[in-house]
Amino acid sequence: MIVDILRSASQSIRANLMRSALTCLGIIVGVASTIAVVSVIEGLKANIGEQFESMGSNALTVQAYTPIKQAMTGRFARIDHTDLQLIEDRVEGIIDVTPILYLPGSRNGGTKYKGNISTATVLGTSASYIRLDNWFPEIGRFILPQDDQTRRRIAVIGSKVREDLELPEDPRGEYIQIMGEWFKVAGVMEERGELFGFSQDDLIMMPYSAARSLNGRGRLLNIEIRFKAENIEELNQVKQRVERLLRKKRGIGENDVDDFKVQTADQLLDNFSSFTTSVTLVLGGIVAISLLVGGIGIMNIMLVSVTERTREIGINKALGATRQFIMMQFLIEAVILCLMGGMIGILAGYGLGAGVAAMLPGFPPASVPLWTIGLALGFSATVGIVFGIAPAAKAAGLNPIDALRYE
Amino acid sequence: MSQVIKLEAIGKRYLMGDQAVDVLNGLDLIVNTNEFVALTGPSGSGKSTLMNILGCLDKPTAGQYLLSGEDVSQFDENRLAQVRNQHIGFIFQSFNLMPRMTALDNVAQPLIFSGIPLKERKRRALEALKHVELDDRADHIPAQLSGGQRQRVAIARALVTKPDILLADEPTGNLDSKTTDAIMNLFEALHQEGQTIVIVTHESEIAGRCKRVIDLRDGVIASDSFNEVSA
Repeated sequence: MIVDILRSASQSIRANLMRSALTCLGIIVGVASTIAVVSVIEGLKANIGEQFESMGSNALTVQAYTPIKQAMTGRFARIDHTDLQLIEDRVEGIIDVTPILYLPGSRNGGTKYKGNISTATVLGTSASYIRLDNWFPEIGRFILPQDDQTRRRIAVIGSKVREDLELPEDPRGEYIQIMGEWFKVAGVMEERGELFGFSQDDLIMMPYSAARSLNGRGRLLNIEIRFKAENIEELNQVKQRVERLLRKKRGIGENDVDDFKVQTADQLLDNFSSFTTSVTLVLGGIVAISLLVGGIGIMNIMLVSVTERTREIGINKALGATRQFIMMQFLIEAVILCLMGGMIGILAGYGLGAGVAAMLPGFPPASVPLWTIGLALGFSATVGIVFGIAPAAKAAGLNPIDALRYE
Repeated sequence: MSQVIKLEAIGKRYLMGDQAVDVLNGLDLIVNTNEFVALTGPSGSGKSTLMNILGCLDKPTAGQYLLSGEDVSQFDENRLAQVRNQHIGFIFQSFNLMPRMTALDNVAQPLIFSGIPLKERKRRALEALKHVELDDRADHIPAQLSGGQRQRVAIARALVTKPDILLADEPTGNLDSKTTDAIMNLFEALHQEGQTIVIVTHESEIAGRCKRVIDLRDGVIASDSFNEVSA
């Protein structure tokens, strides 16, 4: 019996192919947009997860944090050299305390070599940087402690910088001009590829002390401080120690908001996850609305179809079709329409996601988790049932005498 | 001879606003096996209503209807559907075939509702088409058939479930005189084979070719006579 209902439903879908396709469109668009977005976000997530893993789970980062209220008054919080010294001197149980000073304006093309310009980010840091990031030089060497002590003007560059500046394959000993000053290239880092479409190799690193002098020694520049807990079990204690120390130094009371943040790699990952989660939720809402609209479209067409096929329903009833049979016939037709829309939507969405990911350079490949396929199909079927039930009930409730007389 | 149809004091009352209209008024009727009956009467006489009640498409508001001994006037919707499927074969004035289905699928359609498997359905449908001499048109859709052929497909569809009774509502109303003659010949042949047939008609020529003519006036039987001429 079910087979016959399926057959008759698919027959009537085929008989009105154009209309069926248009009916599905709402569902197709809804499902395709979900799948496209989810596939891109899932691809990103997998990629980001790998990135953060390389940072090591016992790493901590101290950054300045300006609450929005304060930012509107124009006062920005900063972490500076004095904080670095304080942490180095006073906090126990930490190693590899590393300052990172981003040189403002470096991305505007402040780096030159024989007429070529690089827009690389320039940062000053210390020898321990490579251990925090698990990122090592491929050619030459990284910054050494004595470079920092003697404020040596050397630079370690990312592979993209070598390309952009058209430096030789082994650029050691070449001099490049950074913000008006000459620096000797000491090494080239391993290639890391791209993240979010941004090259991670477009980076120039110099000794922290050299970077400070480049910027004028008197000014206290905002820096980022990274370090590791000696014991991973002590991660939280270390974090609290640093927080307490900084709060005391700044005179922040117990009820005041910190103007800095101490975060673990996991927390940074959490930040990203909560971002993707809210993006997913917002998009989920939009998709739900589009599926609702699609569902109403299905209901509309099914109601038209019931009216159009009133006579057919009357004939079937006269020939002995029960109310349930007619009901199932129309309900299954609606569900098939929705499922077809769902399946086409999944394919289209995956294609769209893969296309978007491929078009943005360096974007990770799109990936569709199995649960979204299940969810999309389940949702489509539910839409079919919810919006198919009213037309189906209308069809099933037709009086055979009236239906037979219907022209 | 057993009774196929037995109506006892059948009444049908419609409510039009607060006015009650009695379309059928305590009607008694017995139709025996292998009878060939014409139901005639002017429009408004109640013959359509009676036809609907006989076909279990409608329920009487009074009286008792025994179909092959079963009191169907008390049946619920689903059991009535079952009765229509298994005991009654309908033939309509406008054929009422499914326009997108082949002749074979049209004839096989009622067997779906009796839960018969596909292969057996096809076999029985082809047999029924052979009965009306249209087995060579099994793959044609109604639009590819003439009016007379369509009505023969409809008759095959009515016969395919081997019903107790064939109910034909103005079966020749849409046909020319030559085709009408052919269809009536087919009904006569079916009657010879033992089929019980009730034809609703307002044409005296059609009624004249049946064995028994029941004339309805104002919801009651005005006359009930047997034709001796066409024996």
